[in-house]
Amino acid sequence: MTAVANPLVSKRLNRRSFFQAGATAAGGLMIGFYLPERSPLSAQTPATTPNGAAPSKLNAFVRIGADDSVTLMIHKSEMGQGTVTSLSMLLAEELECNWSKIRTEFPGVEPAFAAGGMMGAYGSLSIRTSWQPLRQAGAQAREMLIAAAAQKWGVDKSQCKADNGSIVNTATNAKLSYGSLADAAAKLPVPTAASIKLKDPAQYRLIGTSMKRLDTVSKVSGKAMFGLDVKRPGMLYASLERCPVFGGKVASFDASKAKAVPGVKNVVQISNGVAVLADNTWAAMEGRKALTIQWDEGARANTSSASLRQMFMDLAAKPGAVARNTGDADAALAGAATKIEAVYEAPYLSHAPMEPLNCVVHVTADHCEIWAGTQIQSIAQQTAAGITKLPADKIDIHTEYLGGGFGRRGGADFIGEAVEIAKAVTGTPVKLTWTREDDLQHDTYRPASYTKFTAGLDSGGWPVAFTGRVACPSFGGLRNGVDSTGVEGIVSITYDIPNTHIEYHPPDAGIPVSYWRSVGFSQNCFFMESFLDEMAAATKKDPVEFRRRLLSKDPKNARYLNVLSVAADKAGWGKPLPAGHFHGVAVVNNLGSYNAQVAEVSVTQGKVKVHRVVCAIDCGQVINRAGVTQQVESGIVYGLSAALKIGITLDHGRVQQKNFNNYDPLRIDEMPVVEVHIVDNHENPGGIGEATTPSIVPAVTNAVFAATGKRVRSLPIKAADLV
Amino acid sequence: MAAVKFTLNGKSQTVDVQAQMPLLWVLRDTLGMTGTKFGCGIAQCGACTVHINGQPTRSCVTQISTVAGKTVTTIEGLSADGLSHPVQRAWIEEDVPQCGYCQSGQIMTAAALLTKAPNPSDADIDESMHGNLCRCGTYQAIRRAVHTAARYRRASAPIAQEGAIA
Repeated sequence: MTAVANPLVSKRLNRRSFFQAGATAAGGLMIGFYLPERSPLSAQTPATTPNGAAPSKLNAFVRIGADDSVTLMIHKSEMGQGTVTSLSMLLAEELECNWSKIRTEFPGVEPAFAAGGMMGAYGSLSIRTSWQPLRQAGAQAREMLIAAAAQKWGVDKSQCKADNGSIVNTATNAKLSYGSLADAAAKLPVPTAASIKLKDPAQYRLIGTSMKRLDTVSKVSGKAMFGLDVKRPGMLYASLERCPVFGGKVASFDASKAKAVPGVKNVVQISNGVAVLADNTWAAMEGRKALTIQWDEGARANTSSASLRQMFMDLAAKPGAVARNTGDADAALAGAATKIEAVYEAPYLSHAPMEPLNCVVHVTADHCEIWAGTQIQSIAQQTAAGITKLPADKIDIHTEYLGGGFGRRGGADFIGEAVEIAKAVTGTPVKLTWTREDDLQHDTYRPASYTKFTAGLDSGGWPVAFTGRVACPSFGGLRNGVDSTGVEGIVSITYDIPNTHIEYHPPDAGIPVSYWRSVGFSQNCFFMESFLDEMAAATKKDPVEFRRRLLSKDPKNARYLNVLSVAADKAGWGKPLPAGHFHGVAVVNNLGSYNAQVAEVSVTQGKVKVHRVVCAIDCGQVINRAGVTQQVESGIVYGLSAALKIGITLDHGRVQQKNFNNYDPLRIDEMPVVEVHIVDNHENPGGIGEATTPSIVPAVTNAVFAATGKRVRSLPIKAADLV
Repeated sequence: MAAVKFTLNGKSQTVDVQAQMPLLWVLRDTLGMTGTKFGCGIAQCGACTVHINGQPTRSCVTQISTVAGKTVTTIEGLSADGLSHPVQRAWIEEDVPQCGYCQSGQIMTAAALLTKAPNPSDADIDESMHGNLCRCGTYQAIRRAVHTAARYRRASAPIAQEGAIA
């Protein structure tokens, strides 16, 4: 065996730790350690070192064991976006520890891990909110180790420096390992953040480099622990039948046939349905199929995509709440040489992470323990507290790997269901597993939007007025009648258009909606960048030059212009393409990052093929270069599915898509070549997990226009509209 | 209930479960082998891919009774140490996984592809791996890694037959 168990690692750490695998250039593999990730012991067991002592806690994020192990608390869920690695880089940069000795752990809910009052990974904020505090935490721990060494040697701290897991006496070259100092260091006062000087960018050893992901080894061996993989002693497996119509309720049910299914142990009713509990997942699903339930379908039983569209259209015909007003758009429109009008539409979308939603809960009289892949631990805890009536400190959240999040695992509906079921069988742990059908039919969807635009161009073809009216269901709360999630990406444009007026309506559609990767930008960037292309096309202006000119007046647009130029240049914009291939461009500034994309497509009998995508990304200071590239590619694939393939439709109050056979995201044979060009600078880091999802969509639809002369104004692109 | 005997990752295995129970849930719930994942339940996503007699197979639609007497290999048994199959080495070298949930299935499909096509083209990869969804969009990395795995495979000593674990 190349891999050996590390006897120094505690059972707690075994379950949640990963070691870096070093692969040599020649392809030979060196695995330093192999850690079995699952232990029958639960995560409550405190970590210990060989002599039985717990690792020393230097602060909320850093623990150091006598064996020189460095355990970093990763307080942001890992859903693929690379937080385990990038947050470790931030801590290790200042801690000066040995990268190969790092272990990571997902901690429980603590105030130290809450940014803005909530512990969670959302809004592409993990790096942005951790950038300062995690480097500080690493530096504070380092300074405590230095102080402990100085005391031991009886020298001044200035004579000590941290280097790769040891403190070095610069006068004598003597060394003390972190492990040998940890106990003493932990007893020292924590230096104030103000007393710490963080490194200048020129001194970075890790930040800005490409580091291999710390979670890769466990994810290629099948040992990585996802929520769905949790098993507790005596656990029952649950499957829940919900009303097929949103807002419907159980009128009555008969469980006798379900109870006769082999393996079924119990049937319980909860607030939104009937759960079957069995001794394995399949038996629970079979038992669920045998339930007879009469539903009170409620007020939404006649909802259809057509009825919703009519509701949105009717609203968009009336004035709405003002979301942005600059100048006098009506007057400018009246005096414009050319007027353009267009309606853009986007469908509801499901998140469809590969791991179906699931949650393990064990409720006892005075305690509630939850194992889940959740994006927002604080919301999970509050939800469980509301159902169990237990105080928050009696609710432990164990975060497991998330098999995709994309916003779906930010809500706690699936956690609340599992807590309700577990409460009904108090004392018995329960695992609730959603089916894919449950996932697609009971999501909290990206809302549909119906948006009318008008533009007025002057005699030279340059826009003097731009108006919009957005009808898009609200979920982020209204402020002066406007939900920013409905209009972001439209009201935030910085193109030089002197007169703009944007209005907003929140239709009461009755479909649960929430955050979907890149949120309002996911549809509004498509609307906005397509309509801008329409303005350019009205007087046959080059789409890149058109954008460049509208961005060049305001010096604050420098980063916008830069990514636009890099993408156009690297893609060969304006240069000859293979026969039948055409370019489209789009640019966006969202979540603190800027990116421009050029898509190269061909259209054959209405069928769109995306051959190549060139993306220039400026996300400020890069943490993990390889991680940025991964997320750029990932965001593009997520957006391509929305552009080309997927959409949720409704009939008789029911979602019509049931599984991946009719909600079929992008597959490998549809994957274009994606080239990522990182534009480096030392601006504060921007978000990267959601940055590139919006802009790929209009880059593709604008290329479709170049290829066919047909403007795509609703998604997904339909072949019939292009022939 | 029916006793079903088969070979699992090189060892003889007997399970006493409902004959119609899908192999996926036997692996995950009965045997506690959770490397094989549930994604759709209708053979549309490939997350549950295992090898049955060497063929990549969707375990979510494979009734356990049909596995009797056959040889099953899961991600846990693809290599002796769980990591050293050329495909796993390539996946590590190319740092393929993001959320990682679909990757057991991707790796099992890629491993089966390389036994058929030791030097696959991009088109071969697309055709073989079309059935394995990845919502994180690791497809470009997967293409790279399959080529890398093919190189490792050609360069390395003959590979022990899969599932043959001491």
